[in-house]
Amino acid sequence: MGGNNRSIEQVFYIKAGDFASAGEASSQIKKTLKQLGVDSGVVRRATIAAYEAEMNLIIHSIGGELKLKVTPETIIITAEDKGPGIPDIDLAMQEGYSTAPEIARELGFGAGMGLPNIKRNADRLNIQSKVGEGTLVEIYFDIKAR
Amino acid sequence: MKIEEICRLLNAKLLTGQELLDREVFSACASDLMSDILSYVKNQTVLLTGLTNAHVIKMAEILEVTAIVFVGGRMPANEVVDMARKMGVVVLVTEYTMYEACGRLYSAGLPGCTREL
Repeated sequence: MGGNNRSIEQVFYIKAGDFASAGEASSQIKKTLKQLGVDSGVVRRATIAAYEAEMNLIIHSIGGELKLKVTPETIIITAEDKGPGIPDIDLAMQEGYSTAPEIARELGFGAGMGLPNIKRNADRLNIQSKVGEGTLVEIYFDIKAR
Repeated sequence: MKIEEICRLLNAKLLTGQELLDREVFSACASDLMSDILSYVKNQTVLLTGLTNAHVIKMAEILEVTAIVFVGGRMPANEVVDMARKMGVVVLVTEYTMYEACGRLYSAGLPGCTREL
């Protein structure tokens, strides 16, 4: 068994409305990626996307999981929740469109840039959502050959 | 532009980072919207904002912002300053409003963070 095929996985549980812990999972993801020696530009993009996804879980979901998976070729950040789901994904992807509540806006969040910002930072993005069932956001980053 | 010069141009009060004054920044980003900050901030950037909550500091850590300037004389709470100190982020407070603070840095040659126009 060589070290080549190793992949690691970390799971963080994100509580709805838990602004006090906001950013902790993303900070940990950043730390892990740095320790793995991932290119700093990729770490930066992945951390920003993770942070946006983490905030989305806190602001919009009833709670969920933020997951980091690192394989030798790819970093996958997954945000998965059990609801309430996104009625119109195209609309949610538009810059400036936001359904964030006042409490999030008072803190400076909810400008309607979250998903667009995730897309801009990612190499690939997959969003699936069903109202009443939940949302799955998979964010992919290619690890450059060093 | 060195933090020291930013401090001078904005007549700012230094709350943390005395030992980091000779650090260099290459751009500035100004916003009160977290998501704007997240989409525009680059490496070695100074962030100007009117938001003084703890999330700004956490975000600064995630984005590796070199310095934060709180505009309009807004003083952050002590625990926010302590957090910044632990994370090695320079924190400045200026009496200038957002518009004037940005204008002063921009006229002194510090560019913004706009993506390619």
